[in-house]
Amino acid sequence: MIVPSVITMELVPIALLAGVMGLDVVSFPQVMISRPVVSATIAGAFFGAPVAGLACGAALECLALESLPVGASRYSEWGSASVVAGAIAAQGASATSMPRPSQYVLAIVVGIGTAWVGGWTMVWLRRLIASFAHPRLEQLAAGHRRTVVGLQVFGMTADLARASLLGIAAYIPASALSAWSEMHWTIADGPTRAAVIAGVAAVAAAAVWNDFHAISGTRRLFLASLAVGTTLVALGV
Amino acid sequence: MLVRCLAIQGSWNYELMMGNGIGFCVEPALRRLPGGVDGTPYREALARQSAYFNAHPYLAGLAIGALARAEVDQVPPSRIVRFRTALCGPLGAVGDRLVWAAWLPACSLLALLLFGLGVSPYGVVASFLVVYNVGHFLLRDWALRAGWQHGLRVASALGHPVLQHGPRYIGRVAAVTGGLALPFAAHRAIGGGQLLSPIPLAVSVITPLLALLLVRAHGRIEGWRAVLYLLVAFALYSVVR
Repeated sequence: MIVPSVITMELVPIALLAGVMGLDVVSFPQVMISRPVVSATIAGAFFGAPVAGLACGAALECLALESLPVGASRYSEWGSASVVAGAIAAQGASATSMPRPSQYVLAIVVGIGTAWVGGWTMVWLRRLIASFAHPRLEQLAAGHRRTVVGLQVFGMTADLARASLLGIAAYIPASALSAWSEMHWTIADGPTRAAVIAGVAAVAAAAVWNDFHAISGTRRLFLASLAVGTTLVALGV
Repeated sequence: MLVRCLAIQGSWNYELMMGNGIGFCVEPALRRLPGGVDGTPYREALARQSAYFNAHPYLAGLAIGALARAEVDQVPPSRIVRFRTALCGPLGAVGDRLVWAAWLPACSLLALLLFGLGVSPYGVVASFLVVYNVGHFLLRDWALRAGWQHGLRVASALGHPVLQHGPRYIGRVAAVTGGLALPFAAHRAIGGGQLLSPIPLAVSVITPLLALLLVRAHGRIEGWRAVLYLLVAFALYSVVR
């Protein structure tokens, strides 16, 4: 019985991890286990390749720097997306190796796509909670304790389910695509990594440049430390 | 109440925002009101506190502490409602500036620096979570205590030096950390090697050019979208050529 075994071995952990990491984004407890550098690494470790998960998480973290979860705006949901990306990056990697080239690109693409869809699912969740709350507004206005607690529990449960389902829905096609792209990938490891890293590092650099522009001197500090960092790397420190 | 504050946004929605969450967090304190959970004061107070409210989730503790204190001290309801409305804006703005725009990116960049320096996956994750959450929980704990201590005079707590000047200093540290992190992290992610060998050299030339384009296109295209298009095109070229 191969199918049930695959479901147990892969989909159950994906659903659990994606649910927990997705819940952390807004609902509970916001300790930032949902950040890509954490959730992709944990997912990678779960599938036996923590270094590959970390490499994927670091790349997605560069992108996540750009979208700060400020206020009631719609922003990408990186928690469950990074779990899926970390699991894809781990495919075919060993405990100490970086992701394979096709898996690296696919993991980043799937991570970005899932985070974008995840942002929309959070909007739908908020509407769902509002529609659940609407018939209960009179009870809330009357100070019913069970209604207050019930609404809170409903919201968190729905968010957990949302993130779990999103994780599974993204992982199944991504996993199939991963096997196919592995067979058909033709570009070598070095240029593939270079394409991924140049893109995400540029986004991170632009994010730092833009995010701290209001604080005097930060851009000069950033450029100076960038020069120092590049020199240290060139010197092989 | 501190543990409940972790779930303050559990029922966040476009109608009440985090209003129900405030009621949920304040509720344990309201049990002290005359008559307990079955009394009219408890029900009226819980109804007031579960109405529309929005703030930064970490700094909402200031409001929760202050509102709980006001309710327990049986301040006139009209004053509590006015105070509650007035708190929304400042708590959101101060929290966003301090946490989302300064502390979180600073900790993310620290994690990237550690990754670039070759720290193990578990070391990077543990360092990020410990550093971030020391700040996170100190802020939540301080906010709740300050709110309870000051009650309706909690506005003075918003003048705390960390809230006023923290974003500036954290922003500068983040800029330095980011500048150091990016070359090291990029170098590790491409698999190391001499900077003057073809791949690292290509990355160190293309990255600043792309970053410059993104800075100039700021507000017109998001970086993640540009990376998505770039990588999809790259992947299609690789599999169909």
